[in-house]
Amino acid sequence: MADPIKLTIDGQEVQSQPGVLLINAAKQVGISIPSFCYYDGLSLQAACRMCLVEVEKTPKLQVACTLPVAAGMVVHTDSPTVRQARKGTLEFLLTNHPLDCPVCDKGGECELQDMVFRYGAGESRFREIKQHVEEKQWSPVVFYDAPRCILCYRCVRICDEGLGVHALGIGNRGSSSEIIPNHGDHLECDECGACIDICPVGALTSGTYRYKTRPWEMEHIGTICTHCSNGCKTTLGIRNGEIIRANNRDKSGINGEFLCVKGRYGFDFNEHPSRLTSPLLKTANGELRPVSWAVALATVAKRFSEFVAKGGKFGVIGSNHTTNEENYLLQKFTRQILKTSNIDHHRTGDLLGLLAALRGRKNTLATTADLSTTKAALILDADLSQEHPLLAYLLRTNWRLNKAKVWAVTPGPVREDSYATTKRAALGEEFRALGELKDALAAEAELVILFGAAIKGLALAKLVAFGDSLGIPVKYVCLLDYSNSRGASDMGVLPDLLPGYHNIADGGLSPGLNYDEMLASPNLDALWVVGSNPFARRPSASANAFVVVQDLFLTETAKRANVVLPAASAYEKNGTVTNVCGGLQKLTRAAKTMGAKSDLDIIALLAKEMRTDWVTPTVETVFQEIKRLVLGYDLPLAAIETGGVATTTPATGELSYRAQPELVRSSGNTLFTSGTMSKYSEMLNSVMESPGALYHDPNKTQERAPLETTGQKK
Amino acid sequence: MATKYNDPSPLEVRVISQRFQTPNSASIDTYLATEGYDGLKKAIAMTPDAIIDTLKASNLRGRGGAGFPTGMKWSFVPRTTGKPTYIICNSDESEPGTCKDRLLMEKDPHQLIEGMVIAGWTIKSKKGYIFIRGEYRYLIDIVDKALAEAYKKGFLGKNILGSGWDFDLYTHTGAGAYECGEESALLESLEGKRGIPRLKPPFPAVVGAFQCPTILNNTETFASIPVIFRKGAEWYANLGVPKSGGTRLTCVSGHVNKPGVYELPLGFPMMKLINEVCGGMRGGKKLKAVIPGGSSAPVLKAEECIDLTLDFDALAKAKTMAGSGGLVILDEDTDIVSVALRTIKFYAHESCGWCIPCREGTTWLKKIIGRLEDGGGVPSDIDLIGELAANMLGRTFCPLGDAAAMPIGAFVAKFRDEFEGKLKQTRATKKEPDLVVV
Repeated sequence: MADPIKLTIDGQEVQSQPGVLLINAAKQVGISIPSFCYYDGLSLQAACRMCLVEVEKTPKLQVACTLPVAAGMVVHTDSPTVRQARKGTLEFLLTNHPLDCPVCDKGGECELQDMVFRYGAGESRFREIKQHVEEKQWSPVVFYDAPRCILCYRCVRICDEGLGVHALGIGNRGSSSEIIPNHGDHLECDECGACIDICPVGALTSGTYRYKTRPWEMEHIGTICTHCSNGCKTTLGIRNGEIIRANNRDKSGINGEFLCVKGRYGFDFNEHPSRLTSPLLKTANGELRPVSWAVALATVAKRFSEFVAKGGKFGVIGSNHTTNEENYLLQKFTRQILKTSNIDHHRTGDLLGLLAALRGRKNTLATTADLSTTKAALILDADLSQEHPLLAYLLRTNWRLNKAKVWAVTPGPVREDSYATTKRAALGEEFRALGELKDALAAEAELVILFGAAIKGLALAKLVAFGDSLGIPVKYVCLLDYSNSRGASDMGVLPDLLPGYHNIADGGLSPGLNYDEMLASPNLDALWVVGSNPFARRPSASANAFVVVQDLFLTETAKRANVVLPAASAYEKNGTVTNVCGGLQKLTRAAKTMGAKSDLDIIALLAKEMRTDWVTPTVETVFQEIKRLVLGYDLPLAAIETGGVATTTPATGELSYRAQPELVRSSGNTLFTSGTMSKYSEMLNSVMESPGALYHDPNKTQERAPLETTGQKK
Repeated sequence: MATKYNDPSPLEVRVISQRFQTPNSASIDTYLATEGYDGLKKAIAMTPDAIIDTLKASNLRGRGGAGFPTGMKWSFVPRTTGKPTYIICNSDESEPGTCKDRLLMEKDPHQLIEGMVIAGWTIKSKKGYIFIRGEYRYLIDIVDKALAEAYKKGFLGKNILGSGWDFDLYTHTGAGAYECGEESALLESLEGKRGIPRLKPPFPAVVGAFQCPTILNNTETFASIPVIFRKGAEWYANLGVPKSGGTRLTCVSGHVNKPGVYELPLGFPMMKLINEVCGGMRGGKKLKAVIPGGSSAPVLKAEECIDLTLDFDALAKAKTMAGSGGLVILDEDTDIVSVALRTIKFYAHESCGWCIPCREGTTWLKKIIGRLEDGGGVPSDIDLIGELAANMLGRTFCPLGDAAAMPIGAFVAKFRDEFEGKLKQTRATKKEPDLVVV
């Protein structure tokens, strides 16, 4: 680092590094220089002229957002001249601004409003006719109101630089300038809405939020988005128990301000009229009828108790969406009360294979933060931008701001092609391609390898051997699909491993049936499915079993259940989830659906109903147990309690398990799908149906059956 | 389409316009018959430093408007980066009142080409572009024809004059934006992007076309170079005044008897230009004002012009500028408010919209002055015009905002009585000013 230099800002002596922009040097000492177009991490514009300051010995006002500090510089950021200039700029800005603040979505949290309040003039000298342009809708998500736009170009830059999507540009010129889609009249993009959130004014508004509420009517609750395994922190705007908006403008959490379309707009499944709000019981004629919780729980408890008493055969399918506490409790219930290890979950990546292959190696699982700091990363057999949008964003940002080198070996074209060094290799051919890259990869200082579901079983041993052969520090990310796949595995929702990957024999148990074996078994007495939809692909499985399903919706599996118990969504409960990189984060209850209960409460109630000696478990007591028993979860909780992340580190010792790579099946989710939840999101569905197919892969989009409305909610 | 060219004046010093009256002046045969490409032959035997020293000694200053010393500009180009370098000619002549570059391209394109080849040789560039204003469509064919002739005679292409050095030159059209006359906006447009100016520094000399070192000069600047090498730096410098060497094409429009383009040495007296070169005021009217350097130059009242000479420093001292060399002469009957309106309409139309003060300021000023002109003015308008111009001045991203603010500020300051006079008029076409926001 160069020697620090000294300058004076508003009479205060400031020490800074040469090359630091004046606006940031001032910020470091608590002097805020106003700006619209300057935005941390995005390219410099010097367009809004709000940050003009006086620098002694220069003839005119200087632009603080592009001016590097120099030794001896004497700066005045609040002199009468500067104040007059700001006022003048704001006056110019307001000439064509419609000032429709009373009906503008942004009213109350608008940077222009705040700026005028602080620096502007109380009255207008503008007596001319304003230029009016009709509002435009570019997609189901994005609306643009040109007159409100102050042309700070943040939207264009976040799309170009941040996302690499290049959907937005500038059209016309002079006072007719406006932001335009780069492809005709609609957006060809991810519909992520980053442009909307970054907009300082109400020019860009979202289809889900516009004209729904005033910002101050909402309560803001930070929780974790559970559409995919990346685990972005999201701030929900709640009004009367209903989610109105999701964003992350406070830039907290692992994702900063990033959210994808699912995170920002896919929350509406929560309010879908098809949400189950009452337990359902199958009548003698095969119909599902609403019953009270008491009746439903008593029915399940009675049948389960009967099967336990006669040593019946249970199958339990856990979820990769539910919380760690719920997963832990489910396996505990299964093993202690149902006295079986027939428990599993839908595995979307061979995490066990990786852990087994890494045995004995320390510090080899990459954290989310590693993706932002690693000097090099390799994407193997994964369409990262489609399936893991946050990880793709972090890598891209690392490349953009830190010049990290990104490599990709994939069977087809991927978004990363635009900046990474990529190699095409058909599935099964990837090791040949890796061999060709070996010397180049070995020349990197370090490497994070992110691999998809195709790398499983023996291929993992091969991959780790390849990593070892590079002679540089290598870390791995086993890409998993759903919000708590990692947690489900860590919590022992597995037939042959206990929580924390402890040997099943240590608990005095023998391995149970796996996912496929349970569903193929002709003589199951009972099948208990929590937050999963196994019958969607196996419509005739477990035909003779007593089926209990906990879910949000009447899924294919729920339709065939004997008892359906309505579950609360991730937005409606407390608990923790573990993201794809092992980051432990906290869910905070934000919304409520009448009649639904959290899976944890349902399991606890069943235990009570079955007259077990369990002390009623709560999220807190279960987590204490997890901390004690699950390796890597004994973490300081201050970070996650405050909306941050703590990184879990599972065992990398010898795993005593049966390798079953055939159980690994990727869900093939895209940017716009996340299984059942996305099916019930009207916004995600409308996005997929709208024009702009650039990033839609019809082969990957799940088939969407027409939705049935039970009319139980609202 | 051939431009009808005004009759020359005996007071002119015809150096770069020497061939303008010759039939077939654009052809390479005419050019070669009149010492064409002799400057290049001399320059190609010189070292880059010697070429730059010659330019410095000639006191040639950029003819695009800013008047920056050309030799110094070339000396800023790094020659050891290993990157390609480019020679770009700014032929995006769009300043109202300026019409000289079109004549240079139409009447004597080889002079321009020769100047660019000398620039290319200086920094061993391989490629150059002549960026021609989109509206000058007809010039593309003329310049392209000249380029083909130069290739044929070996002044362009491979191994120029046996030097072992290759140089290619192309024409490129602008797309109709005044803003692209600003050098960095021109580069953006050349690269196929939206024509908005770049952040400076770095300047084009260091990071120019395609992010590479670039020599970028005005058409007239390049066209002035061959003669400097042909006749010597001292000879050229002596044509002008100290610090401003050579001659300049002066474009005179407005209320004079003989408007036109005249080549005059730097430092030529303004009144002599009006009364002798241009044959005096039209209809014997009295001079009211002069806009001395294209429409962005602050206006001069008649009395300010009396002892004024036409060179960069003298005009700067008079708080205006020599700019692009376009003089607009206004007689006593001129309505200054309507001149101001015409001027601001142009800048409001041409503002690229990148920064707030220029984008909104030009449009607002246009609306106020339009309303005033239309008889809908209110007394506070006049101070407001001056204040808005001051709020733009020096605060915009590029000089376009200044180019709009400077003349408007000067019109109001120097002819306030005419603006006030408008308040007494009744509104010609419409009712009271719209106070209601629509």
